[in-house]
Amino acid sequence: MKDLFIILDISKTHLLAKKKQTAVAALGVTFGIGMFIIMMSFMTGLNELLDGLVLNRTPHVQIYNKTAPTETQPSDRYFDVLNNLNYIHSIKPKSRLERIHNALPILSELKKNDQVKGATPQATCKVFYLAGSNNLNGVISGIEVKEEVRLFNFKDYIVDGDVNSLIKKKNSILLGAGVAKKLSLSVGDKIQVVNTKGANFSLSIGGIYQSGLAEVDDIQSYVNLKMAQQILGAGGNYISRIHVKLNDINDAVPISTLIKNLYDVEALDIKKANAQFDTGSDIRTLISYVVSITLLIVAGFGIYNILNMFIYEKMNDIAILKATGFTGKDVMYIFIVQALVIGMLGGVLGIGLGYGVSLIIDEIPFVTEALPTIKTYPINYDPLFYVTGITFALISTFLAGYLPARKAQKLDPVEIIRGQ
Amino acid sequence: MNLILETKNINKYFLEPVKFHVLKDISIQLQRQEFVSIMGKSGCGKSTLLYILSTMDTNYDGELIIDGQNMSNQTKDDLARIRNEKIGFIFQFHYLLPEFTVLKNVMLPALKLGKDDANTIKKNALEKLDILGIADQANKKASRLSGGQKQRVAIARSIINNPKIIMGDEPTGNLDSKNSEIVFDVLRKLSAELDMSMLIVTHDHDFAKKTDRIIEMEDGFIL
Ligand SMILES: Nc1ncnc2c1ncn2[C@@H]1O[C@H](COP(=O)(O)OP(=O)(O)OP(=O)(O)O)[C@@H](O)[C@H]1O
Ligand SMILES: [Mg+2]
Repeated sequence: MKDLFIILDISKTHLLAKKKQTAVAALGVTFGIGMFIIMMSFMTGLNELLDGLVLNRTPHVQIYNKTAPTETQPSDRYFDVLNNLNYIHSIKPKSRLERIHNALPILSELKKNDQVKGATPQATCKVFYLAGSNNLNGVISGIEVKEEVRLFNFKDYIVDGDVNSLIKKKNSILLGAGVAKKLSLSVGDKIQVVNTKGANFSLSIGGIYQSGLAEVDDIQSYVNLKMAQQILGAGGNYISRIHVKLNDINDAVPISTLIKNLYDVEALDIKKANAQFDTGSDIRTLISYVVSITLLIVAGFGIYNILNMFIYEKMNDIAILKATGFTGKDVMYIFIVQALVIGMLGGVLGIGLGYGVSLIIDEIPFVTEALPTIKTYPINYDPLFYVTGITFALISTFLAGYLPARKAQKLDPVEIIRGQ
Repeated sequence: MNLILETKNINKYFLEPVKFHVLKDISIQLQRQEFVSIMGKSGCGKSTLLYILSTMDTNYDGELIIDGQNMSNQTKDDLARIRNEKIGFIFQFHYLLPEFTVLKNVMLPALKLGKDDANTIKKNALEKLDILGIADQANKKASRLSGGQKQRVAIARSIINNPKIIMGDEPTGNLDSKNSEIVFDVLRKLSAELDMSMLIVTHDHDFAKKTDRIIEMEDGFIL
């Protein structure tokens, strides 16, 4: 206890006597940790943005009707396969409706499953958009707006108008941005759509939908589910797709297999739907790990070097202290305390620097067609980076103080004196 | 007879750059309160011997006994404690902590010993500085002193814990004859009053003549 007091006292004198050196050493730490935090926040911010771009809007499992040839053809049943070689050319799938058979029971079963966060029905119909003398091919999907907003961030893609207009007004439409541009329509205008049977519907534009993918925005619009069913001329149980969001994305494959086995439908999981994206995302994650480890190593060496020099300059003091009766341990603690103080000081400043610069980056405008909701560069304020940063600052400064001090601890005082 | 320090056949070699036998069969004895000076040509091994006797160098052959304890059995921490408590050392090149005040330099060994509280230690330190005539410098940084002043601070530091033995490596080397005399008188008085023994390396014949005994060294031997 009494020794601790002397140790702190000596450390304080050392640190304050050479304020400039102390500051330089601490700034070395600050810079290293600050850089780490900035890079990580920015890099993972971008990654999350890209992931979110796809993952947030893509259903974990998409359910739709199977259109594939029957696996067991009638001929196979009649002439058993073991003794005969049945060969049929150009098998075609049986004609089936686009709607999912028994969609409503499936939907309510899914909603009961506690692995499922939510499931939304959609009814899709092909239409022509008419405005004046123009007409354009298009697709209108009927949705349950509230659920789409909750599960798939649907609101983020409505760049103009109000997403809730679909609920307020039955004949409201959220028009694809490409369509709106081509027909030079905007919110509040009317648009005529014609279904495949030639029936005409007048809809009012409640908002503009922009996904960022031009080929989608040029054809896709959204209306209320009921409205879509009406355009289709079908009843309330006509549902062509069900989109499922799970609590854990990793359940996508097993759940989609389960659905396929239980019901007579096709279920596509997100891994298959976004195979390329998945690989890209894995590689980006790998890169960010590599970069973060590299940054930490570089910062660590910088910190270690600066502090090591700081300590070596004090070797003479070590010899004197030992000569006058301080033990090797006392001396070691003196230098560890100094190193840790510098690490703490530099680390806290580094956190400040990292946070400050992150805030600045967060304000820099970043506008892109593809990302209607993004206005500035993305930053990930994950506290883990800050904790890692300060932990690392303390570990590397501790080692930078500990290693030379441990060496000095073992030396006879005279060996240091003669070494000068 | 009352031995405070004794060596038996101490030998020391330097291995770098070539093997060099610095100290050869050194056997000396130092009595309580005895004031002994060591003389010899430059390079004959006086500093080397003093470092060994003060336990700051443990790399030698032979035996060193201080106050009845054999030093070869001690751990480094024990040696540090013994140096702190029993030995006051005055370096040839004074060796103060440059960033600390004069007062702090003198106080530190006593703070480490921890026998007295900080206030008493401060008072003692000021007393010792006063004896050596540099009490007025107490709050200056050690690096700001002249060579002679530094040397006197080093002497004050060596006596702060009232050690059993004071070893000095030319403690008056940087001092004029008047101050050199003051230092001699201080040391003499301490040895008588506080039961301290002195082992002082010096090139100053006048200084040496006033001591109880002179040990002559030549080429690593005691004559
Ligand atoms: N670290 C070392 N390595 C090799 N030789 C050394 C080392 N230190 C000292 N010596 C040699 O040992 C001998 C004794 O050195 P020492 O410092 O003990 O001399 P000294 O008697 O104190 O001289 P001075 O009166 O000049 O201080 C010298 O010849 C010196 O060159
Ligand atoms: Mg010498």
